[in-house]
Amino acid sequence: MKAGLSLVAGESVVPGVGRRPGARRWLPPALVLIAAVGLWQLVTVVFGTSPTILPGPALVVVSTWADRADLAPALATTTVEAVAGLALAVAVAVPLAISIDWSRTARAGVYPLVVASQTVPVIALAPLVVIWFGFGEGPKIGLVALFSFFPIVVGAVQGLASADRDAVDLLRTMRASRWQLLWRVRWPSALPQCFTGLKISVTYAYTSAIVAEYVGATQGLGVYMNAASQAAPRRTDLVFGATGATALATVALFLLVGLAERLAMPWRPPSRS
Amino acid sequence: MSTGTGTALEVVGLAKSFTSDQGTVQAVRRVDMSARPGELVTLIGPSGCGKSTVFNVVAGLEQPSAGEVRIGGSVVADRLGASAYMPQRDALLPWRRVIDNVTLPLVLAGSSPAAARRQVEPLLRRFGLGDFARAWPWQLSGGMRHRAAFLRTVAAEPGLALLDEPFGALDGITRADLQQWLSAVRAELGTTVGLVTHDVAEAVFLSDVVVVLTARPAEVAAVLEVDLPRPREAEDRERASFGDLERRLRHLLREASWASVGPGAAERPPD
Ligand SMILES: Nc1ncnc2c1ncn2[C@@H]1O[C@H](COP(=O)(O)OP(=O)(O)O)[C@@H](O)[C@H]1O
Ligand SMILES: [Mg+2]
Repeated sequence: MKAGLSLVAGESVVPGVGRRPGARRWLPPALVLIAAVGLWQLVTVVFGTSPTILPGPALVVVSTWADRADLAPALATTTVEAVAGLALAVAVAVPLAISIDWSRTARAGVYPLVVASQTVPVIALAPLVVIWFGFGEGPKIGLVALFSFFPIVVGAVQGLASADRDAVDLLRTMRASRWQLLWRVRWPSALPQCFTGLKISVTYAYTSAIVAEYVGATQGLGVYMNAASQAAPRRTDLVFGATGATALATVALFLLVGLAERLAMPWRPPSRS
Repeated sequence: MSTGTGTALEVVGLAKSFTSDQGTVQAVRRVDMSARPGELVTLIGPSGCGKSTVFNVVAGLEQPSAGEVRIGGSVVADRLGASAYMPQRDALLPWRRVIDNVTLPLVLAGSSPAAARRQVEPLLRRFGLGDFARAWPWQLSGGMRHRAAFLRTVAAEPGLALLDEPFGALDGITRADLQQWLSAVRAELGTTVGLVTHDVAEAVFLSDVVVVLTARPAEVAAVLEVDLPRPREAEDRERASFGDLERRLRHLLREASWASVGPGAAERPPD
């Protein structure tokens, strides 16, 4: 038993599940990516493709960098819409999930509607939203939220229901109130699945903001891409550049949510890759 | 702590059936048991016979179909909170550090987290968890988790602690170690304990009284007084009187499972 006391101190508590070296994780996808970009460059050089149809990656990087003064504010606008939309989605989804978990009536009356709301083609709503609310950023935020709240609600509802029965019973024997049960057991149990839902939503957030901007906006990546593709001559290189920037921004947001997840649940063993 | 006189727990004619779409299952037919303050009373019986159900009723998680439960001498309709319950699995909350799992009953009863920690720190130190106070539950071995779960159960100094197969999931060595530990803790705290087990040696080593239940639906088949001196040490297991009691209990248990089901269909009594 004395020997066991040293267990807590180090990270060696569970042998074999320490962090994998970073290079092992990053290297394979990085190599594949580099190979793909190399192949792309090769194709454009060998076949001499027109830059308005298929610009090479080197050209894309150079022109995008040259155009950064225009791209940066567009990216910033879309980022604000994406992040604010996600925040709004969380702010709506979590109370909704809790009320669905809380009351049979809400479960019967609201949950089917939440599911049904996903059958509405949100892209088709975009013009309507522009007609009603105009060209500003607010309507885009609303559309992003509409796109992304569903996975969060589903994750949270399932997470809340997944709470350990023994733990719930245990707290009942301590005369815990419903709120205490929610706060001390159900909500922490739901966090992992909430974050899974949020991560799925993150992958939609930029795309839905851009789609909303296509329909009608004065700023943002959607406007930027539209302008680039309709310029004479076409700035296909800038369309590629903006697409790449969107992908990078999405990855960054995804990693940020992963970081938030780790900070929100410090109790989890560092075992996942 | 015990109050000295009367009974800490009295269960009279308890019956419990569950009704669902599949029909009615009678889990408990008739169970009587009692514990005087400071005693440890054990329910033993074949797996699935209704032991946990009895404790769930005593704890107030379920209402009895018939019969009465008195805790500290009085019948209360709402028994939640009248006893402390340790579920079959340890049910430590993964998101609370070990010390905060132990303070849980105090915090839920309205203590400030800081005051509750101050209150349980000596308990943790005294009973071998001092170095683990700030650890997360996943960092603990199975035995340590059970210690933490037990200290959580006694943290609010309940008049009665209900332990449902507290060591069931542990290996033999850890189990014997923890039985010894529990015996020592109880000698010091004097908590009245109801214990469920299907382990004969554990029942003899820990109990003052053993109530033997039949296969489902549970009925009391026999009551065995364990008159070994206290506190008991590991060596006591080697004594002839310990072996005699074990044999008698094993025999009673075998008879109990046969009596209700009949020899043909009898499950092998656990040993
Ligand atoms: N909530 C419940 N609903 C229906 N049946 C139950 C419920 N709880 C227990 N039972 C049944 O009652 C019987 C006794 O269960 P339990 O008390 O858990 O047994 P033990 O703890 O002795 O192994 C089992 O057959 C079980 O399926
Ligand atoms: Mg059981």
